[in-house]
Amino acid sequence: MAGWLIRRTLFAFATLWAISMLSFVVIQIPPGDYVTSYIAQLQAQGTIFTEHEAQALRDLYGLDQPVILQYFRWLGLMAQGNFGVSFEFNRPVLDVIGDRFLLTIVVSVAALLLTWIVALPIGIYSAVKQYSIGDYAFTFIGFIGLAVPGFLLALVLMYFGFVLFDANVGGLFSPEYAQADWSWDKFWDLMQHMPIPALALGLAGTAFLIRIMRANLLDELRKPYLVTARAKGLTNNRAVLKYPVRVALNPFVSIVPFVLRDIVGGSVIVSIVLSLPTVGPILLKSLIAQDSFLAGTIILLLGVITVVGTLISDILLVILDPRIKFEARGG
Amino acid sequence: MATLAAGKRRPLLRVHNLKTYFFPDEGTVRAVDGASFEVCAGQTLGIVGESGCGKSVTARSILRIVEHPGEIVEGEIRYLHRTDGREVELDLAQVSADGREMRQIRGGEIAMIFQEPMTSFSPVHPIGSQIVEAIRLHSPLGKREARERAADLLRQVGISRAEARLNEYAYQLSGGLRQRAMIAMALSAEPRVLIADEPTTALDVTTQAQILDLLRQLQTDLGMAIILITHNLGVVAEMCDNVVVMYLGRVVEEGSVDAIFHNPKHPYTRLLLQSIPSLYSEARVPLPTISGAIPHPYNRPEGCPFHDRCPQFIPGTCDRHVPELQALDERESDQLVSCFLYHEPTDERA
Repeated sequence: MAGWLIRRTLFAFATLWAISMLSFVVIQIPPGDYVTSYIAQLQAQGTIFTEHEAQALRDLYGLDQPVILQYFRWLGLMAQGNFGVSFEFNRPVLDVIGDRFLLTIVVSVAALLLTWIVALPIGIYSAVKQYSIGDYAFTFIGFIGLAVPGFLLALVLMYFGFVLFDANVGGLFSPEYAQADWSWDKFWDLMQHMPIPALALGLAGTAFLIRIMRANLLDELRKPYLVTARAKGLTNNRAVLKYPVRVALNPFVSIVPFVLRDIVGGSVIVSIVLSLPTVGPILLKSLIAQDSFLAGTIILLLGVITVVGTLISDILLVILDPRIKFEARGG
Repeated sequence: MATLAAGKRRPLLRVHNLKTYFFPDEGTVRAVDGASFEVCAGQTLGIVGESGCGKSVTARSILRIVEHPGEIVEGEIRYLHRTDGREVELDLAQVSADGREMRQIRGGEIAMIFQEPMTSFSPVHPIGSQIVEAIRLHSPLGKREARERAADLLRQVGISRAEARLNEYAYQLSGGLRQRAMIAMALSAEPRVLIADEPTTALDVTTQAQILDLLRQLQTDLGMAIILITHNLGVVAEMCDNVVVMYLGRVVEEGSVDAIFHNPKHPYTRLLLQSIPSLYSEARVPLPTISGAIPHPYNRPEGCPFHDRCPQFIPGTCDRHVPELQALDERESDQLVSCFLYHEPTDERA
């Protein structure tokens, strides 16, 4: 178990390193660099820019050096906790991301929790009462949830939130708390803003997880151990909840990193629509501006979330399903 | 209708004219279509027949764990329920399947073991916790005492290192050990009737013999009735006192194990016995088989369900009338058979 854990953690680090390289390369692929797009921006405003000034900028940021060198410089800086400077914002990358990253995690966890809490009972119901009216209704809603893009749902939710509940829609904070320091009042304000983003971001994952749970549980409900459990004298409901549901729970954990990645990465448009102060909108901005340090850091962070999420879910799975331990030892 | 061993002892369990049908969208499947038999304490009843003849559904009907879309549509399952020190005859076909009474009986008084011990245990719970659960469902024992009792049960069924085994999972045990553990779990509440649904089918021959020995020994020790469901006639000859032969959900012949093996009456029973390979049979002579195949459940033959495969088919009778299970004659009332070779059609349907 300990050996497996160490091996698994080392693999996670190796994966992260590969992601860092890839994310850096991906940023470098488009023609030109930050200076090119900066000049284009200035020229559009009518500012005249000399080749000399451009070169000075390139030297300043080390953009003329070979890609490999730039990459290692970036790695070295990150090792010291310095993620570089954002050209676009003219501030250290950490300052730009800072609170936004925290809020991204908060929003993502909220969406994930909502996904779990909603998907588990509905998935169980849909499987146990297969082909009932309720099952069909949830299936219908589920497919709509899968098909409707998050940003559209966000718009609809904002509209109804505003019209029906007079809710403070958009953003994660009321104006008076936006710049305030953290306090319980600010936290409470954040929680009040949470339902709409959580719903908009979590619905697709919820629908997906309901389908998975339903399919898995349907398989497990046909297994002989359920008959055994009932033959012991358990009520049908208790037997179902204790055994097949427990076995069918695996995907709930194994799917977390993917749902998390979709929520974090897929939240760009939703975040813009809902004007959430998360990293999504910044990522889009940095990619357009070829702000390589900022974009690289964000992409790396998304990678970290996915890899760490996978690692945690793998560890949870080993705890949840004793057969997995066996396979790891045997293999 | 005559019954087995009438008058001698009050049977623990009497099944009469049990009909369990399944109602999927495609039509009706008459899985059990009028099964009758009974079993006394300390006796072993064998139920034999080909796959799909309704053996397992009969067993599940007794325990009331027939799965949707199946249900008992007719018949009686009379069981001597022990409650407050008295014995009350209860029709299990009439009580609520998930109700208190039925749950007390299920696992407590009538227990069941299954064909595939691998998949019959939960893969993610230790064996011990599953046995402890069964114990605590039917007794007021605390967790510690229940665990001790579970270890005792494992020892009773011949499992060594019982305490350590409690923490193991089904996949960590061999097939034979798993079936022993399954038997231990079934015995946890000292049932009066043990239904064994093909308990040795998934095991190799040596292990089969061990498990059968174990069952026989436990029956001697605990005095329980066993209903042994199998398609293995060798197992029946070795284990059973009485035998019920089923075909397409109906009992075609019923009698003591001697009568069935030495004096089979129903053509189906005879054919089944002839198709057992024997050491004494002539070399290079093909083993006799029963011609044809079991009819599709949606397409049962009219009249006697066996008539289209029967070598002694009587045209005009077997394909028009449904035979009833009746005593062979006044003298041999122990043996019942459902065949027009032995009695005239009684129903007026044609």
